[in-house]
Amino acid sequence: MEFFSALAQHTFLQYALLGGLLASVGCGVMGTYVVVKRIGYLAGGIAHAVLGGMGVAYFFGAAPIVGALVAALVAALLVGWASLGREEERDAIIGALWASGMALGILFISQTPGYNVDLMSYLFGNILMISSSDLLLMAALDAVIIGATLLFARLFLAVCFDEQFALVRGVRVRLVYLFLLCLVALTVVLLVRVVGLILVIALLTLPAAIAGQLVGTVRRMMVVATVLGAVFTTSGLALAYGPDLPAGAVIVLLAGLTYLAVSVLRRRGSRSRFGLRQSGR
Amino acid sequence: MYDGAGCEESLSLSMESTSLPPALELKEVFFGYGADDVLEDVSLTLEAGSFLAVVGPNGGGKTTLLKLVLGLLRPRKGRIRVWGLPPEQARRLVGYVPQSRTFHQGFPITVEETVLLGRLGTGSDLGGFSREDRVVARQAMERVEVADLARRQLRTLSGGQLQRVLIARALAGNSRILLLDEPTANVDARAEEDVFELLRRLQGETTIVVVSHDVGFITSYARQVACVNRRLVCHPTAELTGEVIQQMYDTPVRLIQHGHRHGHH
Repeated sequence: MEFFSALAQHTFLQYALLGGLLASVGCGVMGTYVVVKRIGYLAGGIAHAVLGGMGVAYFFGAAPIVGALVAALVAALLVGWASLGREEERDAIIGALWASGMALGILFISQTPGYNVDLMSYLFGNILMISSSDLLLMAALDAVIIGATLLFARLFLAVCFDEQFALVRGVRVRLVYLFLLCLVALTVVLLVRVVGLILVIALLTLPAAIAGQLVGTVRRMMVVATVLGAVFTTSGLALAYGPDLPAGAVIVLLAGLTYLAVSVLRRRGSRSRFGLRQSGR
Repeated sequence: MYDGAGCEESLSLSMESTSLPPALELKEVFFGYGADDVLEDVSLTLEAGSFLAVVGPNGGGKTTLLKLVLGLLRPRKGRIRVWGLPPEQARRLVGYVPQSRTFHQGFPITVEETVLLGRLGTGSDLGGFSREDRVVARQAMERVEVADLARRQLRTLSGGQLQRVLIARALAGNSRILLLDEPTANVDARAEEDVFELLRRLQGETTIVVVSHDVGFITSYARQVACVNRRLVCHPTAELTGEVIQQMYDTPVRLIQHGHRHGHH
């Protein structure tokens, strides 16, 4: 196929492939937490606030990715801190952050003198533009995410599953939750380069949501979601290459269609309420 | 008839070793969410190995009382000690079985993992579960007879099975006092009897406090009953009559009896 011969020739395609694979790890692991903790909307808020950070960084001549990192972490802590113990206000807080972050980004980008940055590449990503330094950063972020998940697996599971019980067992629930949100923020930044911030939520949640329909533990969900993510990014890239389609959109569409197909099949295959397997095996 | 003076004497069903601090001690505790007191001048001493039922009308302060003991709420006035420690420090000695599901019903987790989470706070919480954690969790599952469900998904369990698993989770934490909030609220009558039978077996091994709105059932199992309706009044179960309960609830309540008969006065 055309894609594979091109892959051997072009470094940018190899980088794109590698970037997709690195992003899959983050989206598989943290996406699982986002899905089981049901904080997809919160992750969306963080993703959109990232544009604010990118815009500001761009305006002051700093690297947009640095602005994105800072904005993501600030957004995560802000939402986490503001919504702790005020579940009913959380949606409003996230909505405010979501819109203001984007507005801030658009304002700063519009006021940046000279050559106007391609807003579209931030919004929809451009996997073909991934550089070797991007890959290094992505690998580092993956290492942080995996290391933290191994070290805090029990605490993350406890806080995602049953906050009140964790609290009673002496777990510092707020601290763990805020830390988890920071890792979600890092993952969002990791994914922005691949599919752009608008589509981040899809890549963060869809593989994990599909995995949730197939397997029954958090750990297995992470493995399956990572594999699915790798399949989606690779095949999306390959499919997009020939007809010169935007790869991010193809990747997300593949994930979305697969989710739909799996949901329909499972609902037909089982009459159980959740359409899930009856055992953890 | 009710002076709300608490029940230091009537509940002192003590074990042999008197050197132990009481499992639970509340002294003149007041608590309110707003301006009004939800709990007023509550005093209670519970010796190690007791089985106490806490009953009372909805909104009477039963769950609030448990949350105070867990250190999730702080009293406005008064002193609470769990095994001689302030509630925040005693949390690890307390096994808690919450009333409603405090988790999403579809959460992807096995029975074994759920019980293993009860091991939190018994050592370092970092990394994976140790061999000892797994052994203790296995023992806890065997005690409540859910060991054969270990690999099952939590979301596939019946109400009664789930309740047992949550009790196993509480037991796995080396808890020395078990607090159960309405353990039979979501289960059918048969499973309800199972749960109480299970508690009867655990009685003596550990100190048990059960909150229940189901006066009739619980009183045939617990040895002492505390009625909570803003104030707290204690009775040995033998003294609990329909009349007493009626006064507590301010409405006629039928005392349904299971198993043994209460002595009516």
